[in-house]
Amino acid sequence: MAQSFFDWSWVMGNLGEIWAQLAEHIILTVVPVGLGFLMAFPMALASIRWPRLYSPLLGVAGILFSIPTLALFVIMIPFTGLSKATAIVPLTLYTLLILLRNTVEGLKGVPSHVREAAEAMGYTRTRQLFRIELPLAVPVIVAGLRIATVNTIAYVAITALIGQGGLGNLFMDGFLRQFPTPLIVGLVLSVALAVAADLGLLGVQYVLTPWQRNPG
Amino acid sequence: MIEVITDLIAWFADPVNWQGSSGIPARVLEHIWYSVLATVISVVIAQPVGILIGHTGRGGILAINLSNAARAVPTFGVILLTFLVAGIGLVPVLVALVVLAVPSMITNTYAGFRAVDRDVRDSAEGMGMTAWQVIWRVEIPVAMPLIMAGIRIAAVQIVATATFAAVVSLGGLGRYIIDGLAQQDLTQVLAGAILVAALSLLTEFGLSRLQKAVVSNGLQAESEEASMEAKLEGSTG
Repeated sequence: MAQSFFDWSWVMGNLGEIWAQLAEHIILTVVPVGLGFLMAFPMALASIRWPRLYSPLLGVAGILFSIPTLALFVIMIPFTGLSKATAIVPLTLYTLLILLRNTVEGLKGVPSHVREAAEAMGYTRTRQLFRIELPLAVPVIVAGLRIATVNTIAYVAITALIGQGGLGNLFMDGFLRQFPTPLIVGLVLSVALAVAADLGLLGVQYVLTPWQRNPG
Repeated sequence: MIEVITDLIAWFADPVNWQGSSGIPARVLEHIWYSVLATVISVVIAQPVGILIGHTGRGGILAINLSNAARAVPTFGVILLTFLVAGIGLVPVLVALVVLAVPSMITNTYAGFRAVDRDVRDSAEGMGMTAWQVIWRVEIPVAMPLIMAGIRIAAVQIVATATFAAVVSLGGLGRYIIDGLAQQDLTQVLAGAILVAALSLLTEFGLSRLQKAVVSNGLQAESEEASMEAKLEGSTG
């Protein structure tokens, strides 16, 4: 029974395929999170410059986030067919809520005396943003990126139903053949990828915020 | 594009799609039935655990990390795997939905209890309240914004995730999406997606009204804040 539930020889015989799907899964995660951040960042700057924008932007991102994943994926089909974009556009939209909110909160969280000191030292507005505010906001922004990344890794598998999928293809393979091994391999790798990405982003934060390390 | 929209209107206008066991009313009811069942079971399991951890303060680290860990698990895969193990039926889908909803409920209830001011708790004890009275008359009312935010976010996630019941041969609104994809019938796929999205947004709206009703008037602002936090920390189904 145990042997039929998990078949190591299948894993050994399909390492190439498993690796290809894992790589695909990584691409389908990195691209949306990257695009999401590229969109959320200017939206966050605009929200700080014009505070009245913030609430409606957050509201729209919140409604998008409430739309079930499978629904949003298939709603894309008339626009983009069964291409990669059908997966990437919704995945990107789902990251906006947390990335916008955390970027705004992170930048807003910079103490006003720090801001005033920078101004007094003659920093221009742009230089102040990139040299002072952004570095100080890194922990909050990275916290948002971690949530967005882990969520995206879990959603990517669903796109197997619309011809994409990464590790989701292993789920479907196992499901359609009533053969649990690929499904289990896919699940384990998906969770492992989420944990690795989460730790990786924590590492990025560590490198970017040397002042936060405990001395000794 | 215009053709897609006129096809959709025609689909929704077609009386055939409103009748019988695969009609819209029947599918909506199935979807609601799965969702309500999963939500109630999750509340029954998660709330006592959350209350116990929150009241005693023991196991807090577990409670906080539970919802983080749950976010990493792909719902879709869990449903397919429980189906392979348990076979066709409502049970595997319910198990998967409950397993995914319970962690965020526990985390939020725990956070709600922890946010109760120490002084408030101490004065309740000082007034001679028993542990049960402290829980029921002080901690739960004060923690209600977060408790309800947790239930709301989990319920919306359950409604979204119940769509996958159709992948494992059950009913619900996912049926239109899955059958439409199999038959290459885009209109049916899109109609299903619209219905699921609408039900999901309605659930969110309805539960936000319920939350307003059960949370004390003095805590409405906290309640809004808590819901946003819970949503940000949460995941779409």
